[in-house]
Amino acid sequence: MSTTYWETEPHHHEDGASTNIGFWVYLMSDCLMFAVLFATFGVLHGSYAAGPGPQDLFDLRLVAVNTAMLLLSSITYGFAMLAMAQGNKSATLRWLGITLIFGLCFLGIELYEFNHMIHEGAGPQRSAFLSAFFTLVGTHGLHVTFGSLWLVVLMVQVAQRGLIPENQRRLLCLSLFWHFLDVIWIGVFTLVYLLGVI
Amino acid sequence: MAIPDNVETTFLLGRLNWDAIPREPIVLATFAVVLLGGLAMLALLTHYRLWGWLWREWFTSVDHKKIGIMYMVLGLVMFVRGFADAIMMRLQQVMAFNGSEGYLNAHHYDQIFTAHGVIMIFFVAMPFVTGLMNYIVPLQIGARDVSFPFLNNFSFWMTTGGAVIVMASLFLGEFAQTGWLAFPPLSGLSYSPWVGVDYYIWGLQVAGVGTTLSGINLLVTILKMRAPGMTMMRMPVFTWTSFCTNILIVASFPVLTATLVLLTLDRYLGTNFFTNDLGGNPMMYINLIWIWGHPEVYILILPLFGVYSEVTSTFSGKKLFGYTSMVYATICITILSYLVWLHHFFTMGSGASVNSFFGITTMIISIPTGAKLFNWLFTMYQGRLRFELPMMWTIAFMLTFVIGGMTGVLLAVPPADFVLHNSLFLVAHFHNVIIGGVLFGLFAAINFWWPKAFGYTLDVFWGKVSFWFWVVGFWVAFMPLYVLGLMGVTRRMRVFDDPGLQIWFAIAGFGAVLIALGIAAMFVQFGVSIMRRDQNRDLTGDPWDARSLEWATSSPPAPYNFAFTPVIHGLDAWAEMKAQNATRPDAPYLPIHMPKGTGAGVILAALSTICGLALVWYIWWLAALSFAALVVAAIAHTFNYDRDYHIPADNIRRTEDERARLLAQGV
Repeated sequence: MSTTYWETEPHHHEDGASTNIGFWVYLMSDCLMFAVLFATFGVLHGSYAAGPGPQDLFDLRLVAVNTAMLLLSSITYGFAMLAMAQGNKSATLRWLGITLIFGLCFLGIELYEFNHMIHEGAGPQRSAFLSAFFTLVGTHGLHVTFGSLWLVVLMVQVAQRGLIPENQRRLLCLSLFWHFLDVIWIGVFTLVYLLGVI
Repeated sequence: MAIPDNVETTFLLGRLNWDAIPREPIVLATFAVVLLGGLAMLALLTHYRLWGWLWREWFTSVDHKKIGIMYMVLGLVMFVRGFADAIMMRLQQVMAFNGSEGYLNAHHYDQIFTAHGVIMIFFVAMPFVTGLMNYIVPLQIGARDVSFPFLNNFSFWMTTGGAVIVMASLFLGEFAQTGWLAFPPLSGLSYSPWVGVDYYIWGLQVAGVGTTLSGINLLVTILKMRAPGMTMMRMPVFTWTSFCTNILIVASFPVLTATLVLLTLDRYLGTNFFTNDLGGNPMMYINLIWIWGHPEVYILILPLFGVYSEVTSTFSGKKLFGYTSMVYATICITILSYLVWLHHFFTMGSGASVNSFFGITTMIISIPTGAKLFNWLFTMYQGRLRFELPMMWTIAFMLTFVIGGMTGVLLAVPPADFVLHNSLFLVAHFHNVIIGGVLFGLFAAINFWWPKAFGYTLDVFWGKVSFWFWVVGFWVAFMPLYVLGLMGVTRRMRVFDDPGLQIWFAIAGFGAVLIALGIAAMFVQFGVSIMRRDQNRDLTGDPWDARSLEWATSSPPAPYNFAFTPVIHGLDAWAEMKAQNATRPDAPYLPIHMPKGTGAGVILAALSTICGLALVWYIWWLAALSFAALVVAAIAHTFNYDRDYHIPADNIRRTEDERARLLAQGV
């Protein structure tokens, strides 16, 4: 017989071989949600409705600190992944913890900014511009919140079971998620804050 | 805040009170029938002690075949509801002449046309298409399941949760009265203050999560799970069209989700995205929703193009003519479907240049679609045609869909569209392509793959009865709408002044009755086939002498689909195996690694549904509680690392030996 039509050996799909690409595809779909929010902001960014505009509201120094927090958290997550690659559980957990702190700092500063704006009468109801601003930035913030919760869960799971393949896969997914949020933030920083104030 | 202060709410039940129970006799009677039917169903299930079996074998199953069948059942149930809406509208429009108000008041009628559209697209066509892809794709690529079996189960239950929310609106409160895309400002809080639009939003959001996840799942399955040797250009056409459909799902449903989130924020938090004041822009909603909406129609039709391809080549006894051009035509349609959204609102006033651009891109789509039609025709040319039911539906599709396509090209001409926009001509056009394309394709698919799923063929006589009532009924029901549309009658009208129009509505109503008979005949067909299943048994697993891999295994396939991994050397893998007399090996059987069933999907989807309903009724404590429970349950699920098991080799040997015995009997 020349051609084989059936393999009797088990054709093994590596465990979780699809997870990486599946998570990528999910991130791209998430990216589209942000695309809609960016487009909405683009359409409404001048609709102040006689209310305050970016020049009145944004404090670039605060935003710079905030951006630094998020970018640093990405670097520390990278260190966590390096530690994971070396099989060093305690270093992985330590870097994840530091990442979490940076993430929470980012969220804290963002909440402070939101609170400040709302108290100045510049809440999301004030104008279409502010609706678009709060929704775009807030959705990013919600993602960071969700990512932080996930980070805590993964720290517990790594502490419990160690760096088993399942946990490594999960850490990789969260890594993609975390860096993805960084990329989105670069867009927010540039298009919303910088272009708004210039 | 957006939610006005004058809405009476209680802490415990939000704005839910006795006024939420509809008092219209029609709704009450429906409620009574559904209630009694539901109770009878529950009683039967309890009497025959089927709950445990349902839970273990179906609800918590992660087997793509069972999930596929559950999707089909969901689609069928919702189809009955959607059709009931349709026939009510037809009756109203026949009656409401010469000063008569008909039998439906405006509030009720507006809910019906909205519910009809929403249900038929989101809860009939989508579950049907998703169910079909779920069942067939893994078999066609020689896989044992999808890439993420748990996610698959979860997606199904989210879709069902969305359907539950929409159905709840029938008996508690109201549904939206906005038309199926809920354009603001009509769907804003000022013009739709009560629960209708909120039911719409949360029903679609819950179901949308399921659709997006199942899109990701199937996309990755096709990319990663193909049998050895199956390159992309050796995939069956149905798998190809499913692949493109899932790309479209992943790349368009997030837009719907985001757009509905913005509408939600307008309604719940008082933002100004789509309001008339404070800088809001309602036209942005219409752009955004159609950026999802146009790809959506290709999400519906592409898999059925795949079905027609499989059916045509099988029943012509030939390989498909122009496989490569079929694949590229599908890819072209996938890309072009993102470049045409504005043709849904030429009348918005974007100017001549913009309208011309979108008019031309729209017309260009007819080129790859036309190429497909010629491919099917050339496949039939000089073939040995067998006019089995799937082939009959395919030919009916070709004749019907071409007319629908041509009226579509007509509507793509902006000046013509200015006359026909929002007229019954448009309604006739999209029913022409959706019924003639999507539904006929589904019926072809059901008749084609039913023996694969259940091991016996469907009754031919009742199938033909259903076929003729459906096809004739379709033409009688929708051709008058073309005429009326050309005369300038707009859609969604409840009463009419001009008595000269009545005859056309009467003809359309008669057509709807014929379709009703077609549906009834289809249920009879299912019933008769189930009762006579022993006479129509198919032991070969390949009743149609078909060509792709799903026919290489038993009917119904074992939970593991294939005992051995098929190796692919070209197109039409199973046809080649038959031609080469490739025999199945009968040893050595090895344990097969399979995913375990889990109830987590049901629980998570149930919590989402409760959360959605609580948000509809402003029951904040319940919304917060169910959301918190959802998060906790999801996290708890990730702590379960024990997700798979092995089917012992002995079990596999027993199953496969039994099949070999049956096969030998047949010969």
